[in-house]
Amino acid sequence: MLAAWLVYLILRPALTWVFTQAEWQVIVTNFRLFMRGQYPDEAVWRLWVGIYFLALVMGMSWGVWGQAARTFAALFGAAALLFVLLPFSLNARLNWVGVLITLVAAMLLARNRAALKPWVILGWVILLPLTIVLTAGAAWLPFLSPVAPRLWGGLLLTLMLTIIGNTLALPLGILLALGRRSSLPAIKSFCIGYIELWRGVPLVTVLFMAQIMLPLFLPAEIRVDPVVRVIIGLTLFEAAYQAENVRGGLQAMPRGQFEAAYALGLNGVLTMLFIILPQALRLVIPALLNSFISLFKDTTLVAIVGLFDLLLIGKTTLAQPDFLGKYREVYAFLFVVYWAFSMMFSYASQRLEKTLGVGTR
Amino acid sequence: MSAPASDIIIECRDVHKWFGHFHALKGINLTVKRGEVVVIFGPSGSGKSTFIRALNRLEEHQRGQIIVDGIELSNDVRHIEAVRSEIGIVFQQFNLFPHLTVMQNITLAPIWVRRWPKSKAEATAMELLERMGIPEQAHKFPGQLSGGQQQRVAIARALAMQPKIMLFDEPTSALDPEMIKEVLDAMKALARSGMTMVVVSHEMGFAREVADRMIFFDVGMIVEEGSPEQIFSAPQQERTKLFLSQILSPRRMN
Ligand SMILES: Nc1ncnc2c1ncn2[C@@H]1O[C@H](COP(=O)(O)OP(=O)(O)OP(=O)(O)O)[C@@H](O)[C@H]1O
Ligand SMILES: [Mg+2]
Repeated sequence: MLAAWLVYLILRPALTWVFTQAEWQVIVTNFRLFMRGQYPDEAVWRLWVGIYFLALVMGMSWGVWGQAARTFAALFGAAALLFVLLPFSLNARLNWVGVLITLVAAMLLARNRAALKPWVILGWVILLPLTIVLTAGAAWLPFLSPVAPRLWGGLLLTLMLTIIGNTLALPLGILLALGRRSSLPAIKSFCIGYIELWRGVPLVTVLFMAQIMLPLFLPAEIRVDPVVRVIIGLTLFEAAYQAENVRGGLQAMPRGQFEAAYALGLNGVLTMLFIILPQALRLVIPALLNSFISLFKDTTLVAIVGLFDLLLIGKTTLAQPDFLGKYREVYAFLFVVYWAFSMMFSYASQRLEKTLGVGTR
Repeated sequence: MSAPASDIIIECRDVHKWFGHFHALKGINLTVKRGEVVVIFGPSGSGKSTFIRALNRLEEHQRGQIIVDGIELSNDVRHIEAVRSEIGIVFQQFNLFPHLTVMQNITLAPIWVRRWPKSKAEATAMELLERMGIPEQAHKFPGQLSGGQQQRVAIARALAMQPKIMLFDEPTSALDPEMIKEVLDAMKALARSGMTMVVVSHEMGFAREVADRMIFFDVGMIVEEGSPEQIFSAPQQERTKLFLSQILSPRRMN
C-alpha cells in the first residue's frame, strides 16, 4: 500500500509533465536522426524491407508456436500501432500500418501449420545477415548500392552494434571456452591468455585501440570503416565474457554425461555438439543474455570514439538552436527507448529459459 | 586357458590401475567367454567400478593388457572408439541425456556412429522399448520417467548399438525397491538371450539365477571366483564368507 502510494506520488508529477508541459517537438522533428542518423533517405526503403521481414517471421512464429511467441508478436504489434498513431510523416505511418498487416497476415497464414516450422527457423537465421546486406548494400548487388557503415547512426547503429557484436561473440566465446578445456597446452594457454587479457581491459580502451591504434598498424591501403572496427572490437571484447559464461555451464555438466556419450562410441566433437553444449548453454542462458544486455547498454561508449549512436544523437539535437535546453525531453525519450529494449531482451531471456527448459525437470 | 581364442571375448592380464598414489587395481587376471554372464561383487571401494570401467576405457589402466574381441585397449583413439561401440554400459545413475527424448537418447549413437538411416534406428529403438516393456514412453523426456523406467531406457540405449558385450555397474542400487524387479527381469531376459554380460551387483538372487561365474573383489584384487553354487554353498576364502554373511543376513528378500 505504502509502496503504491509512493509510486503514485512520484509518478503523478512525472505523468503530468509528460502529457501537459513537455514539448516533444524536439523528438518528432529529429525522429529520423534518432532512428538512423545520417543513413541516406534514398536507402531507407531497405530498412523497411528489414522491418517487414521481421514482421513476417515474427507473425509466422506466432502462428506456428502460438503461446511461446505470442507475447513478442503482441509487443511488436503494439509498438507498430504506437508508431502509426504518433505524429510522424505520413509515409512512415503508412509503412507501420503495412508492418502491422504483414504481422497479422503472417500469423493467420501460418496458424496450425506445423510443417512451416523449419521455414520459420530459417527465417530467424537469415534475418540478421539479410538485414546487414540490406542496410550496408554492396557494389555488386543490384538496387543495393553500398552505404558506408559510418553513416549508420542512432537506434540503427545501437542495435546493429549490439546484435552483430553479440551474434559473432557467442560462437567465438564457445570456441574459446572449449579451447580452454583442451588437452593441447598451446591451445589451452592461448585461450586462457586471450580471455584474461580482454577481461582485464576496459571497453573504452578497446574502443580507442580499435579507432586510433588499429589504423596505425594496418598498411595504409587497407582502410576499415570505423563502425566495422568498433564492431570487431566489441566482438573480441564480448567473446571473452561469453567464453567465461559458457565455461561456467561446461563445468556444471556432470561427468556421467560425458561418460555415457563416450561409452556409446561418440567422439569428442559429437559429444560436445549433441550432449554437452546443448545442456551447458541452456544452463547459462541467463548469464549469456545478461552479457547481451550489458553490451547493449555499453554501446553508449562508442560515442566517445565519435560514432553517432542513440545517446550521441540525443546530445547533438540538444545543440540545435530550436531545441536548446530541451534536455529533459530528450533524455526522457532516450530513457524510454533504452529501457524498452532492455526489458524486451530480458523478457526474451525468461521466455527462452522457459521454452527450452522443457523436459529437464 | 584351453578354450580356442575366438571363444574368449574379454581377456585381462595383470591389469593395474593407480589413482595418484592409490593402487586401485592390483593385477587383475580374468577371461570372459562369449555368452558368459559374470557377476562381480565385493565391498565398497574394492575397485569393482574401476575395473568394469577399464573394460571400455572410461578408466585408463597403467600396466597389463586388456583385450576386447581381439582389440587391445591402448591410447589409440580409433581403437578406443571401435571397442566402445561394441560394448554397452549401464550406469548406476542411468546417465540418460536429459535434454533428449527417450527415442533420441536411443537413436543418437546408431545414427551418428553406426550411420544408420533414421527410420532404421527408430524401428530398432521401438523394438527395444517393447522388449523393455515401455514402448509408450518413447516420446517423453527422461525426467518424466520413474527410476526403473529410466534404467530400462538406459539398457535399451546401450543395446541399440548392438553391442557384443554389456557391462552393468550396480544398475539397481539407485532404485527404489519396487522398481528393482522390473530392471532385473529385463537383465535376466538379456542374459538368457545369450548376451555376454559383466555385472557389478549385490543382487544375489539375480546372480544365483543367471550368473555363470561370480567374482569376489576386495582391495583391488580378485579374491575368489567360482560358480554361484560354489560361492554360495562353499566359499573358500574367509573374506568371502564374511562379506556374504554381511550382505545376505540382514536383507534376504528373494
Ligand atoms: N577418480 C578417482 N580418483 C581417485 N580415486 C578414485 C577415483 N575413482 C575411484 N577412486 C578410488 O578407487 C577405489 C575403488 O573405487 P571403485 O569406485 O572402483 O570402488 P567400488 O568397488 O565400485 O565401490 P562401490 O561399491 O562403492 O561403488 C576407491 O577407494 C575410490 O576412492
Ligand atoms: Mg562402484
